[in-house]
Amino acid sequence: MRVRRLAAWTALPLAVTLGLAACGSGGDGGSGGSDSSAVSIQIAEPQHLVPTNTTETSGSQVLAGLFSPLVDYDAQNKPYEVAAESVTSSDNKVWTIKLKDGYTFHNGEKVTAEDYVNAWNYGAYAPNGQGGSYFFEKIAGYQDLQGDKPKAKEMSGLKKVDDLTFQVTLSAPYIDFKTMLGYNAFYPLPDAAFSAPGVLKNSYEQAPIGQGPFKMKGAWQHDSKIDVERYDAYPGEKPKVKDVEFRVYQQLSAAYADVLGDNLDVLPTIPTESLSNAPTDLGDRYQTSPMSSFQFLAFPTFDKNFSNPDVRKAISMAIDRDEITKSVFKGSQDPARSFVSPVLPGYRENTAGAAGEFNPTEAKKLYQAAGGPSKIVISYNGDGGHKDWVDATANQLKANLGVDVVGSAEPKFADLLTKVEKKQPVGMFRLGWVMDYPSMEDYLGPLYSTNGSSNYYGYSNPEFDKLVKEGSAAATQDEAIKKYQQAEDILAKDMPVIPLRFGENVFGHSSKVKNVEMDLFQRVNLVKIEAAS
Amino acid sequence: MFRYILRRLLQMVLAFFGTTLIVYALMFAGQGDPIQALAGERPVTEAQRAYLTEKYHLDATGVGGFFYRYFDYVKSLLQGDLGQSLTGRQIGDILQAAWPVTVKLALIALAVAIIFGVTAGVVAGIRRASIFDNSTLVLTLLVLGIPTIVLAPLAQYFLGVKWQLFPPTAGSEPTFYALLLPGIVLGSLSLATALRLTRTSVAENLRADYVRTARSKGLVKRRIVTVHVLRNSLIPVVTFLGVELGNLMSGAIITEGVFNIPGVGFNLFRGIRTEDGPLVVGIVSVLVVVYLVSNLVVDVLYAVLDPRIRYE
Repeated sequence: MRVRRLAAWTALPLAVTLGLAACGSGGDGGSGGSDSSAVSIQIAEPQHLVPTNTTETSGSQVLAGLFSPLVDYDAQNKPYEVAAESVTSSDNKVWTIKLKDGYTFHNGEKVTAEDYVNAWNYGAYAPNGQGGSYFFEKIAGYQDLQGDKPKAKEMSGLKKVDDLTFQVTLSAPYIDFKTMLGYNAFYPLPDAAFSAPGVLKNSYEQAPIGQGPFKMKGAWQHDSKIDVERYDAYPGEKPKVKDVEFRVYQQLSAAYADVLGDNLDVLPTIPTESLSNAPTDLGDRYQTSPMSSFQFLAFPTFDKNFSNPDVRKAISMAIDRDEITKSVFKGSQDPARSFVSPVLPGYRENTAGAAGEFNPTEAKKLYQAAGGPSKIVISYNGDGGHKDWVDATANQLKANLGVDVVGSAEPKFADLLTKVEKKQPVGMFRLGWVMDYPSMEDYLGPLYSTNGSSNYYGYSNPEFDKLVKEGSAAATQDEAIKKYQQAEDILAKDMPVIPLRFGENVFGHSSKVKNVEMDLFQRVNLVKIEAAS
Repeated sequence: MFRYILRRLLQMVLAFFGTTLIVYALMFAGQGDPIQALAGERPVTEAQRAYLTEKYHLDATGVGGFFYRYFDYVKSLLQGDLGQSLTGRQIGDILQAAWPVTVKLALIALAVAIIFGVTAGVVAGIRRASIFDNSTLVLTLLVLGIPTIVLAPLAQYFLGVKWQLFPPTAGSEPTFYALLLPGIVLGSLSLATALRLTRTSVAENLRADYVRTARSKGLVKRRIVTVHVLRNSLIPVVTFLGVELGNLMSGAIITEGVFNIPGVGFNLFRGIRTEDGPLVVGIVSVLVVVYLVSNLVVDVLYAVLDPRIRYE
């Protein structure tokens, strides 16, 4: 008996500590307020909330509320000034940016030219490891900030003129610089963000101070939510709702269930598995709008099996894009027959020409004449929901070309890239692209130029490189677009990749909100959204 | 008794370092390119790659690199620092935020399993071959046969969305009510097992000699069942529930995902998916402690239930 009592007394506290050790906190939760002008929007946990370090959609969505960009894009996706009074240049190399008067940061600080210069220098300085640093590489002096021990801490191309004016000198003329400024890497940072010149406070990211229509309400609650409220001193267009809650979801399916139950207001992406039910589940609260994503199949052009452009064209002609977008994607994506997204100024339909048309008999003839390989592998990353369409494509190729085609999954995208970079035989492989800013150059440069950051397939055509370069150095937008289009025509001849699909925003909202609009970057327009009365 | 517990605690120290070493080695061996995994499908800039490589010593590879990184990790661990995840957050903070909600969920699930599972198991054991016994057999088989990945979304759709009896998701600071549905879903598996275990054990003990003795000396049936049979029947159930507590605390990846509960399971899953070595090892280290302690609790509870078991 003695022993048992003792054991009970020992076991009990152990069990209690184990069970309740972490139970302490919590409890104060639940916003409780029934203010009708509050909306909730689904996001994933952002990786970072420092403008120059934010490159994914969720972080970008939150920052879009906290900051106001220098320029935004109109219905034709051409830039117009927001926080900037004017962005001008006579030679496209030296740009003068004048700021609008009256903008203040949420802590009351006046927004000055210096805040931009400091923020951009911080972003470009390599030891800070900012994910968006490549946005500054066109600015003169960027190279001096690179490497382990950079020569300088400030780019020579950034110069403050007066409190509301600064000058940006590029290392080469670039026609789309103004367009570029809409990206979140170009937001300013207040003095309060820095603990010393060029050193960002650790705490800044937990409650970023911006100059946009909304300010933080409390700090970033990791894995849970980010609350923001209307900033009344904002001089631009006032938002119609008072509070926005960015709620973190791990799975889209959970968010979808919440939208159905009116427990969440906006779901920017309907999960794939619910695409076929969503139109009936949500009725007119199921919506689509254009966005910039572009899905394609790339060829390892260094592989002799695929080095002949005719082989590549034949494979392209053997794919029935309409069928796949309809049956696999339920119309949530559109078939692509051009090399740049339809949302861009300068986009033309069907630039791939005959190679983009589904024509199985011609395809087979061309394929055999060009001596295409008797076995094709299509590699993809298994974690992105690509299996269905890759299998469908493989079946079409098998039937239409009469060769053996298999899909091969790599566990993750990184694994696929590693293999491609090491030039291991992966066959054709899938890639996707989402633009950073609406310019043809943002597709042609990174994807198809010899030194493009995402040109994993070794495509290189000096003529093409030259045209893109001439386009970005052109004096006017019209001239630039003409050059870009000539460059795109070369792609149609060389067919380094097979365009497959253009994406759309497929989103849904609860019955408690209206006027839900999404932009090209998969972000909800926070100024337009309204509570339904 | 004290000496026994002390000995067990010392063994735990060894077990702890052994398991962290193994987990660290597994994570190290399985790591592909965490920097690219973090960036998703975006190209990674040179500057960022260099920055992260240096910060997390990702360039230390091979056997030498492994031990360098492991001892580096253990050194900061002994100072109470679990390190930083690849996104720059303190792992200690992540766990502090994730643990309370997982523990609440686990306790609800365990309570469901004990209250319904053990009670129904005792009743079924006493009334063998009755309608109650047979229907619980069918029901438990059904529950055991449906994986959580099916059960959780179904419960969410019907009880949360369609009939709106429960909120469809729980969120990070849920009310008790919001956690009830995920708790029941999570507990249903343990419930079924606990029920079957209790039933068998009770049924067996009812036939034991001491029950016959008790009956013949004229004890009322209720006293025989509640005092004598129940205590003796609980030993296997306690073993099971103790291990189950460890399981439940380590987070339920599927249930937490479906009901949007940012607990331990979700963080573990995210860490594995993004090849976030420090995060995975940090969480697993703490889980090892949870398992070790819950095992100790189970062993000590044996002595409470069965006087024949003594520890020296």
